[in-house]
Amino acid sequence: MELIFKRLSQLSAGLLFVILAATTLVLYFSAKPAIEAFGAGFIFETRWGVEESLIPDGATEKLDIIDSVVSDDLDDDFMDDEDDFVMDDEDESRISDTREVYGALVPIVGTIFSTLIAMLFSIPIAMGIAVFLSEIAASSVAKPVGVAIELLASIPSIIYGMWGLFYFGPFIAGIFGGNTVSLLVAGLVLAIMVIPFMAALSRDAISTVPDMLKESAYAMGATKLEVIKDVVFPYAKSGIIGSIILSFGRAMGETMAVAFVIGGIYQFAGKVTDPTNSIPVVLANSFAESSGLSLSVLFYLALILFVLSFIVIGVAKFYFLRRK
Amino acid sequence: MRLLMNRLFLIFSTLAALVGLFFLGWILYTLCAKGLAGLSLHVFTHDLIEGGLRNVIVGQIMMSAVATLIGIPVGILAGIYLQEYGGDTKLTEFIRDLSDVMMSAPSIVVGTFVYAIVVIPTGHTSGWAGVLALFILMVPIIVRTTDDMLKLVPVELREAGIAIGASKYHVTMNIVIRYAKAGILTGVLLAFARVVGETAPLLYTSGSSEFWSTDLTGTFPSLTVSIYNLATMPDEEMVQLGWTGAFLLTAMVLVINLIGRYASNDKRR
Repeated sequence: MELIFKRLSQLSAGLLFVILAATTLVLYFSAKPAIEAFGAGFIFETRWGVEESLIPDGATEKLDIIDSVVSDDLDDDFMDDEDDFVMDDEDESRISDTREVYGALVPIVGTIFSTLIAMLFSIPIAMGIAVFLSEIAASSVAKPVGVAIELLASIPSIIYGMWGLFYFGPFIAGIFGGNTVSLLVAGLVLAIMVIPFMAALSRDAISTVPDMLKESAYAMGATKLEVIKDVVFPYAKSGIIGSIILSFGRAMGETMAVAFVIGGIYQFAGKVTDPTNSIPVVLANSFAESSGLSLSVLFYLALILFVLSFIVIGVAKFYFLRRK
Repeated sequence: MRLLMNRLFLIFSTLAALVGLFFLGWILYTLCAKGLAGLSLHVFTHDLIEGGLRNVIVGQIMMSAVATLIGIPVGILAGIYLQEYGGDTKLTEFIRDLSDVMMSAPSIVVGTFVYAIVVIPTGHTSGWAGVLALFILMVPIIVRTTDDMLKLVPVELREAGIAIGASKYHVTMNIVIRYAKAGILTGVLLAFARVVGETAPLLYTSGSSEFWSTDLTGTFPSLTVSIYNLATMPDEEMVQLGWTGAFLLTAMVLVINLIGRYASNDKRR
């Protein structure tokens, strides 16, 4: 019994490692055809040929790069492709001339920029909330507000996306013009989504500052700003930076809040009010209707996202949030 | 000057807090206004195909519950290993970090992983695939909670148990776990609340269905995936149903969170 129990618990702990390793390996092997086809250049390739772009250049058209995926057209065009395939069966070289080109640059850039916009807005506001809760508000205010913030952090992300699509997007478009779905809206919705999370973590970090340090500074005649700037922030620095990086990771991998509001279009956003795409959204939108190489490409994207978030979280954990 | 700066700073951070709370309040307000408008008994007594949400609500809870049932023993056992058996070795530290990293991995990636190992081989989406995705998401949370809670158990209790000749298994199960029970339960509850609101990993693992189903081997109804589908439909009525679903989902998550919070406060007293 004793031994069984010990083995079971070892097994469970080992399972964690197995899952993580399996995820990496499965993603890698599923992505292998795409990695072999495109190599590392995939990351810098801006074109994203979806299935309808597979038009042999024996015809008048050159390899057609489709900027936008219009799902309605997908079925019709797919049928056309099949026909072309049949006709060109005897001339295989022409098909290999027109392989589909996939590139991850658009979603990668979209992911990074939407996350950066989110950070730009959420950091000051979340820090404001954290400072307000821990240093300014009386505890009769801070306690319920703090609980509310923590509860808000638990709201499913799909809610933020839905609200963004129906209310916030039109609101932003009303102010800045442009589309109701855009890079800017996506970034701002992400910002609002991570604010409670970041604020709660930062407040916890700030609350670890010993009262004695703060009192000494006050006793020397420091104002609240000086205490916060020179005593609280330096002391809680690593915790606060850690909370920012964790929020960064969360915003980067977020799917549902962004899927509603970024537009899902394979083009760079020339202006922040243009629609574009992000890695999780590409994954969410095109997985069901992909197969073969196009599916492998999606796994390649997933692998890139996984590695990116792994790095971000790793940095946060190992440099800033070392658990005692 | 110093006082002026101080005043400005205080005003700024209070304002920042208000701005943040304003948007969050706005979200909750729309959610209630839109969600309550469509709330009726009909929603609970009919399936999605008939304009209700019964099957998807039951489906979502069922998948999360099954994931939790499998996740609890695995998560708690792994947590026990970290605290009771692992000791202070590099390996323990490594597994602990691994679990933390998994906890923050993007949920959509978990979805792609499950798609590759379950949906592609079996050829169709299924409830079990959804359960597996949710299970992978929740185990690290339970591990972390168990690990933290067991750390709080005084070492004297363990020593007393060992001293009267109890085996390590008995000490762990009857003394350590019993002491930390309330905390672990809270953690499990919060983990459940976390996965019950997940959409991304379910999109192409469980899919969603408009019909009543309790058969986990087939495509399974999911509330969150249905909300996503409904909200992007052009039909006004469907969107309304999506809002109702969103309201119910949020209410469920918040209530579970409040229960968890209340339970952990209770324990402290």
